[in-house]
Amino acid sequence: MSKSRDRKARGEALDAAAGNGLLDRRALLGRGMALAGAIGAGIGPSAAAAEPPAQPLTDDPWSLEFGERTLPYQVRSKFEAKVVRTLSNPKNELRNSHSRTPHHMLEGTTTPNGLHFTINHGGIPDIDPDKHRLVIHGLVKRPLEFTLETLSRYPMTSRVAFVECGGNSAPMFSPEPLQETVQALHGLASCAEWTGVKLSSLLEETGIDPRAKWFIAEGADSPHLSRSVPMKKALDDAMIVLYQNGERLMPGNGYPMRLLLPGYEGNMNVKFLRRIKLVEQPALSMYEARTYSPILPNGKAYQFYFLQEVKSFITYPSHGHRLKGPGLYEISGIAYSGTGPIEKVMISADGGQSWAQAALQEPVLSKAFTRFRLPWRWDGGPATLLSRAWDQSGNVQPTRAEFVAARGELTKPPPVLGFLNQHYNSITSWGVGSNGEVKHVYA
Amino acid sequence: MFTPKHAILAASLWLATTAGASRAETPNLGKPIDEAAIAAWDISILPDGTGLPKGSGTPSQGAPIFAEKCAACHGDNGKGGEAAAVVSDRELAGISAAQKTIRNFWPYSTTIFDFIRRAMPAQMPHSLTDDEVYALTAYILAGNKLIGANDTMDAQSLPKVKMPNRDNFIIRFPDRI
Repeated sequence: MSKSRDRKARGEALDAAAGNGLLDRRALLGRGMALAGAIGAGIGPSAAAAEPPAQPLTDDPWSLEFGERTLPYQVRSKFEAKVVRTLSNPKNELRNSHSRTPHHMLEGTTTPNGLHFTINHGGIPDIDPDKHRLVIHGLVKRPLEFTLETLSRYPMTSRVAFVECGGNSAPMFSPEPLQETVQALHGLASCAEWTGVKLSSLLEETGIDPRAKWFIAEGADSPHLSRSVPMKKALDDAMIVLYQNGERLMPGNGYPMRLLLPGYEGNMNVKFLRRIKLVEQPALSMYEARTYSPILPNGKAYQFYFLQEVKSFITYPSHGHRLKGPGLYEISGIAYSGTGPIEKVMISADGGQSWAQAALQEPVLSKAFTRFRLPWRWDGGPATLLSRAWDQSGNVQPTRAEFVAARGELTKPPPVLGFLNQHYNSITSWGVGSNGEVKHVYA
Repeated sequence: MFTPKHAILAASLWLATTAGASRAETPNLGKPIDEAAIAAWDISILPDGTGLPKGSGTPSQGAPIFAEKCAACHGDNGKGGEAAAVVSDRELAGISAAQKTIRNFWPYSTTIFDFIRRAMPAQMPHSLTDDEVYALTAYILAGNKLIGANDTMDAQSLPKVKMPNRDNFIIRFPDRI
């Protein structure tokens, strides 16, 4: 008796990591019997006692008949049909189309190809891969033309990388929190394994005139979307990507080939890539001169932002989820940085008064989604959940107050699909009410 | 900044291909292509006017083209409709991108020509002649009082148009360029 009381007392002291029920990140990861016992002692008996005993088991029809045929290209269960992207332009009117990743219904770090976010400005081109060409020209020694077939003969590189629209999270510039899901707020970011040819390998064949300081990348889509990229990135980690999570690129993600600039704003990762021109100065195309030059509170604007800075958000629980009563939950979310690997993620359950360090799912990869998790014992009272990420270069996700002081906020709530400013990377807060409802709040 | 390290790498690639000796072995499957053969695709225009084609146009030549091919989305006289206004005297106020106009924000006039030629009209891009693109550019610039009503836009005059907001930009991460 006294032994179990000791263990309970010791367990409470060990597993509490921060206020309002946050537990040690090792508590659920095989830390050992002491902690598991402590958690069980804390909530196990009462949670189990509240439920009626399980019913006797019987066989369901699917266990009593021969199953469905196997498809050449399998599709997910019909019961998962609600896990879809949200569309901004379902009738394909003459404007851009966005589709957003449903982060609140996914786990892990890989975005399934059918759920990868897309933004296309002139519809999705129906490209015959055999007729597609990529030319590299301008300030090179030898202009060269490549086909999908010839590119497939080059040494391949695979890397996991997130891609994020520079306008992702734009609703967070609202002066008051919009009651929207993490999909609506942060769904213009996804992560995949990309396979292709390093741009520097192709530039070895074309040669580079030392006067070249930038390259212009251009797509075969109808607006011939074009962006200027520093040569520094070309010689670092830029890739011509052919495969997405092991299969050829999805049409909306740039089939048959796209530029990948790990960590740089999505719009620069030009899809349907057909031309690269090395030049001395940037073109100041519409997207770099206007769209992705965010206005600052002093009336000036940032130019050549490029980097998607360190960021995190909790995907569970988040707006749209409803907790079914007090007990043990696992907080889960995504962190990433265009600078490099994530160093740590801190979580608060009391609106930022106290913080506990989340567990990071291995492997923690540079410029890729990193899944973080932390056990939380919800006592049924109000809670405000926040996550805050650091990257290995020492960059930290700004608090909302810091961010608004530097970048400002809108004077009135914007339409959720609007892009009224860019490059928001501050903290997202979810308020859990006593009824288990999760609201978007500013903490 | 373009660092010495990158300059050396770029120079070594240049020398390697020139000498044809020391570069890493690659499949060498790129097919040589002349700049002349790329011409139809090479629509890049730089802020100094590099890449601007022959041809010219005036605001009065642009007006009927705009009414016929652009106004359905961009509104009568470019005042805005389903698509953004291209003629506006709105001032920047606050951080909302909805305030951005060609006159109060765009740093270079060449971007107007470039975007019309590569992307407009949305349902039929690449259907305008270069003269028509110059005329539409002139029409928009004149509507925004950035050039005179009788000015001609061509490869020489267009890059010289001074855009009011040009000096209001801050390069976010200079060390990445």
